[in-house]
Amino acid sequence: MSDELRVQGMDVYYGASQILFGIDLAVERGATVALLGRNGAGKSTTFKAIAGVAPPRAGRVFMREQDITGFAPYRIARRGIGYVPEDRQVFPEHSVEDNLRIGAKPGTDGAVHWTLERIFEVFPILSSMRGRMAGRLSGGEQQMLTIARTLMGNPDVILLDEPSEGLAPIIVQQIARLIATLRKEGVTILLAEQNMHFCIAVATSVAIIDKGQIVYRGSIEELKHNDDIKRRYLAV
Amino acid sequence: MNFDALIDCFSASACVVTQISSGLIIGMLIFMVASGVTLIFGVLGVVNFAHGALYMLGAYFALTAYWVTDSFTVAVLAGAIGTGLFGVVFERLFISRVYGADVLSQLLVCYAFVLILDDAVKAIWGGDFLSMGMPEAFALPPLMIAGGFVPPFYAFLTAFAVASAIALAALLGLTRFGKIVRAAAVNRQMVGVLGINTSLVYALIFGLGAALAGAAGALAAPVRSATPGMGFDILIESFIVTVIGGMGSIAGAFVGAILIGMIRAFGTVGFPLATEGVTFAMMAVVLLVKPAGLFGKAGR
Repeated sequence: MSDELRVQGMDVYYGASQILFGIDLAVERGATVALLGRNGAGKSTTFKAIAGVAPPRAGRVFMREQDITGFAPYRIARRGIGYVPEDRQVFPEHSVEDNLRIGAKPGTDGAVHWTLERIFEVFPILSSMRGRMAGRLSGGEQQMLTIARTLMGNPDVILLDEPSEGLAPIIVQQIARLIATLRKEGVTILLAEQNMHFCIAVATSVAIIDKGQIVYRGSIEELKHNDDIKRRYLAV
Repeated sequence: MNFDALIDCFSASACVVTQISSGLIIGMLIFMVASGVTLIFGVLGVVNFAHGALYMLGAYFALTAYWVTDSFTVAVLAGAIGTGLFGVVFERLFISRVYGADVLSQLLVCYAFVLILDDAVKAIWGGDFLSMGMPEAFALPPLMIAGGFVPPFYAFLTAFAVASAIALAALLGLTRFGKIVRAAAVNRQMVGVLGINTSLVYALIFGLGAALAGAAGALAAPVRSATPGMGFDILIESFIVTVIGGMGSIAGAFVGAILIGMIRAFGTVGFPLATEGVTFAMMAVVLLVKPAGLFGKAGR
């Protein structure tokens, strides 16, 4: 299988301080890769760099073997990368439906897989709130909305930054089921998480990031039985 | 002060109609400039001190087009489109570099262009007062409304500005472009991440604001004379209107502009020396009672 998204030797700085050190990552088509790490390990920065919001100072980002390093965020999105930020960032004074419509664009193949109707099938909760201001939704509903809004852009790869963060366990279960649904739809997923159990439930392989470096790569099965890694890099 | 004259005017419908019609055209011209100021501030976060110069450009573009083609329609189109295109280029080359910068840098860039454009106009069209005269299409007998005379051009100008206001409100409120614009005003980065070229959106919004100012300049050409520096007064009035109506609010700009127009018109009857003072006093009162402006949202 070919890599959908590949990151090579990526360094990212905020001002003078280096946050990421030579990040290498590859996400195969159709895979769900979890990027695990503690708070401040560099997960969000990795995603921001891929999405073009915090452009890397060194290294390269490839989408379907095309070099997209340094592209403006909107051009990266049009290459098929959908980024769902950690802090959700719904448009609070727009309705749920308008939030979704703003995200609408055809996929890289020119086709529209995710229509408003399909979104409402997969996210029935949003259907019943389509006219409500997004700022009035609960945290879990806003999380659903940001994922749905990004899907409206028919991405080939979706970057989900800590979708379970700060949500009640029952909502986290719903999000996990949703990710499983997306996987079945053929969406390639890169998922940032602190919650290892959440990752075990949804991911196919895992990379662990610590202090801005990738320190472990393997399958979910291997990670389950590697207590040493879990103790050293994850809050288990 | 001559309050007797003001009371006399209010007791005669002819005087009221005449003053309201001249107040309306003053207000409508201010609205068309102020709507661009408030739109550009609300979305781009830039206080465009050069907006009055764009109004001036519109007037001169319209004059030239009118002299060449003898058509007022072409003149208005030239004023609006010419100034709109100038605005897009100006935004891409200069304004786009001061987004998020402190207001002093923005002021400096804009003020530099006020001086440059005033001098450019002087170099191209000369420093004299230029007048278009009333286009033939409007050289008709005045309309009689409740005993007062209203020039047909005043009615046209008012209708044009009201139509612009409705079109602008519909564009921003109902279309996907308008929804994107309002979303970008709140969170530009997220809009970009969703695959929307926000630089293009910003350039179009600036161009739209410039086109409105240019159209106002063209509409002013038959009733006012064009001169370098003509944009200054209307810029100040637009800022007052923007403050009264609420930064970023088109409806606020509309109401505020009509208020100022009426103060100007009835002020010439009752307190000709104090109209500016009354205008500023009204702004001060609004700021005291509603600091965010009549239609403004608190905290913005």
